[in-house]
Amino acid sequence: MDTHLLSIITFMPAFAALILAVFLRGEDAAAARNAKWLAMITTSATFLISLFVLFDFDPSNTGFQFVEESEWLLGLKYRLGVDGISVLFVMLTTFMMPLVIAASWNVEHRVKEYMIAFLLLETLMLGVFMALDLILFYLFFEAGLIPMFLIIGIWGGANRIYASFKFFLYTFLGSVLMLVAMVAMYTDAGTTCIGACDVSLLNHSFASDSFSLMGVQVIGGMQTLMFIAFFASFAVKMPMWPVHTWLPDAHVQAPTAGSVVLAAILLKMGGYGFLRFSLPMFPVGAEVLTPLILWMSAIAIVYTSLVALVQEDMKKLIAYSSVAHMGFVTMGIFAANQQGVDGAIFQMISHGFISGALFLCVGVIYDRMHTRDIDAYGGLVNRMPAYALIFMLFTMANVGLPGTSGFVGEFLTLMGTFQVNTWVAAVATTGVIFSAAYALWLYRRVVMGDLIKESLRSITDMTTRERWIFAPLVVMTLLLGVYPSLVLDIIGPSVTELVENYDIALEAASAAIQTAEVSN
Amino acid sequence: MISADLNIILPEILLSGFSLLGLLVAVYTTKDKVGSLLIWLTAAVFVLLAAWIGFTGEGTRLAFNGMFIEDGFARFAKVTILLSAAAVLLMSEGYMKARGLLRFEYPMLVALSAVGMMMMVSAGDLMALYMGLELQSLALYVVASLRRDSVRSTEAGLKYFVLGALSSGLLLYGASLVYGYAGTTLFSGIIQTAQSGETSLGLLFGIVFLISGMGFKVSAVPFHMWTPDVYEGSPTPVTAFFATAPKVAAMGLFARVLHDAFGNAVADWSQIVALLSVLSMFLGAIAAIGQTNIKRLMAFSSIAHMGYALMGLAAGTALGVQAMLVYMAIYVTMNVGTFAFILLMSRDGAPVTDIASLNMYAKTNPGRALAMLVLLFSLAGVPPMLGFFGKLYVLRAAYDAGLAWLAVAGVIASVIGAYYYLRIVFYMYFGSEQADTLDRSGSSLLSGFLMASALIMVLGIINMFGVEGVAAAAAGALVN
Repeated sequence: MDTHLLSIITFMPAFAALILAVFLRGEDAAAARNAKWLAMITTSATFLISLFVLFDFDPSNTGFQFVEESEWLLGLKYRLGVDGISVLFVMLTTFMMPLVIAASWNVEHRVKEYMIAFLLLETLMLGVFMALDLILFYLFFEAGLIPMFLIIGIWGGANRIYASFKFFLYTFLGSVLMLVAMVAMYTDAGTTCIGACDVSLLNHSFASDSFSLMGVQVIGGMQTLMFIAFFASFAVKMPMWPVHTWLPDAHVQAPTAGSVVLAAILLKMGGYGFLRFSLPMFPVGAEVLTPLILWMSAIAIVYTSLVALVQEDMKKLIAYSSVAHMGFVTMGIFAANQQGVDGAIFQMISHGFISGALFLCVGVIYDRMHTRDIDAYGGLVNRMPAYALIFMLFTMANVGLPGTSGFVGEFLTLMGTFQVNTWVAAVATTGVIFSAAYALWLYRRVVMGDLIKESLRSITDMTTRERWIFAPLVVMTLLLGVYPSLVLDIIGPSVTELVENYDIALEAASAAIQTAEVSN
Repeated sequence: MISADLNIILPEILLSGFSLLGLLVAVYTTKDKVGSLLIWLTAAVFVLLAAWIGFTGEGTRLAFNGMFIEDGFARFAKVTILLSAAAVLLMSEGYMKARGLLRFEYPMLVALSAVGMMMMVSAGDLMALYMGLELQSLALYVVASLRRDSVRSTEAGLKYFVLGALSSGLLLYGASLVYGYAGTTLFSGIIQTAQSGETSLGLLFGIVFLISGMGFKVSAVPFHMWTPDVYEGSPTPVTAFFATAPKVAAMGLFARVLHDAFGNAVADWSQIVALLSVLSMFLGAIAAIGQTNIKRLMAFSSIAHMGYALMGLAAGTALGVQAMLVYMAIYVTMNVGTFAFILLMSRDGAPVTDIASLNMYAKTNPGRALAMLVLLFSLAGVPPMLGFFGKLYVLRAAYDAGLAWLAVAGVIASVIGAYYYLRIVFYMYFGSEQADTLDRSGSSLLSGFLMASALIMVLGIINMFGVEGVAAAAAGALVN
């Protein structure tokens, strides 16, 4: 099927950004309104068009669909496509962006540039999930840093400069090693194509003979080195403990909409990268490091939950809770079985809705009181009943209450991990209790109790616009909670294929090692 | 026979004739009053020559028994040199005129140095190499101290001259050693003597001295110390010129000597060049962090960029030369735009070079700030700008040649380097309001160069305007 649907979806926001940059003049209220509406219409239209992709998507076909391809520089290819793993991330992105724009309706400072930055960011994020060429993926993956750097730096809080530089340099350092590994893969395999090409990276098995590098024995050889290089990038992006420290700073300083994009979509790029590159391309390397990664995930879940308990800043607390939830994702991915990977993808999608909604909840009261200190609030339920209800729903979803989407992801990843490493699963399960502790405690301190603070007496409940922003998120959280098959049916076959190929590759590698030993 | 030889070097002859004629005419007529006219004329001649060389040249032709080589590689370098020199000349007109620096010698000296550069990239003999190099350098020494009544400018010229003379001495010493051990100054003769693994010690010394001399010209660490002072002291348009055309010429010469004369001894010089490369990348990245003057910052930035271009050379393969050529073409385009921006920086008409003065530039000049933003991210090598592809090319060449450690060092240096480019973005976009902002006005020509350069950085990622294929052909002509 020769269609340019994916290119249209990807580049429509960028095109709107171009129109804004070239044609919109002036700094007055009318120009700001036009910028907002153009951004709103574009992101909504992008979402509607992406629905076509979802409806035409055939889950039983595990290959890439809607593929488009043309020649590019350096022997690279411009190649886009989606499969069961990526299609839902594309949907998540297009779904969240109109909400993000709606949540930014009160921005007053340099509105035009703000909208341009978010529109460009959408293009780049969509590109990451669709790219079927190694370098094209890197291009989108890295380029996303630029608008995010500007969003934090220009529209961020008091300490925005430090946060933006830390964000940029931390993630940039993580990624450049991946670039070297990509160059190595290109040189080794002679192609950068992912999926059905004459020569595909997915069919190429990279050398996994152990060798010694500067006196250190590298088990799994090249595969392990490449895996580590990719891991450096994705682990920072996820972020995994102990390289998560940029995230709380970035979240706290970013404007509300920036935090939502960061939590809901940008964090998913790391997990997506593991599924698209690390597991299928370096199975031997992955297997070598799996125990380490599983334990890192378990530590992340417990440690960051404990850190979240003592936070004074609401955004920081939710940021740490994000790190903990991403711990479930990495755990599920590297359990490398059907339930684990299913659960990881489900957790990423559901975390997109839940954490996005939680940051929006913080944004609602921040807009009114201009503080994120937990101590500055208390007893909001007296003045803001609707807010209290919505905040409670997402707090419960964050804890993983059955009936919300948060439960399904956590349960599946724990089940998957239990089959591989019981101890890790046991430690991670305690994290679920901690997450209940910090989330409920946060809710109690902010919403419950008597309204005693003088400054809160005049606080108003959510406006209609704010309620409409939350409505789709509430629906999705509950819907996926009671009917997870919506997601699992789409990702299922692709995940099955991924897991099978992974097992086959590992068997082949161990068989090769045995043959080598016998012949010696 | 001689007429065939002369035919091959016709562009160089025409350009020399043009500059001598221009000098004569100016001296005997109105002197500095024709300065503007001469600048436009020279730029036009550059562009015409570039078009002529680019469109009509084909194959490889040797003149004067192989002392002068006219091949795809030379043509690529010449077109890049001429076009960037033309751009910089046009950019300097307004600046020079406003500050009473517009002497008629300026365009003529630039034209003469361009002749020298064309000679350099076509050299097929150590004598021809030295002749081209000195012609280029002598013209540049004078141009550096163009602002006669400024101590900084005079110091820049003198420093450049003294250190340049030292490097010429090193280069000549190396050339004499090579001649002594190879028995010829022709590259085609030297290459038969210099074989990997069995290179005689004397010849090896010769190579090292030659590389030192050329390392000075490309301002590679540890021969870089003149760069920041000369960049800062010279008038800004002259700095822009230093940062573009001569760098391409010197890199071209570097590649020419290494491959044409010592192509059989790759293993011997590859590690030396790799060392220069890694030192330049790191020193350029780290030393730029503390700079407050944007011209000095660009000096360190160019040192770092030369490190990346040298990474391509260190690979010692056709892919490496191709990567170097692509890298230099992108580098020159970025620098033309960046210096157009620096030339636009002024407060009440007086030029400003302090980075902190850019505070809130995005508020007062959103268009220019955006173009500069694109250029800065491109300089930092952040995708999707074209600068990233330059880095990708050299990384691939280096990895392909087994220099994985160099590629890793290169990307780490690029992260350090990203910091100081981000700092400029920080001033332009994140700063706080201040009273005295930079001028909004400025020549539309300069803005045009700035915008065009930024647009190329963005649009170039579609197909690089075909430069890739031409560079591949050029590299193929040099490395067999």
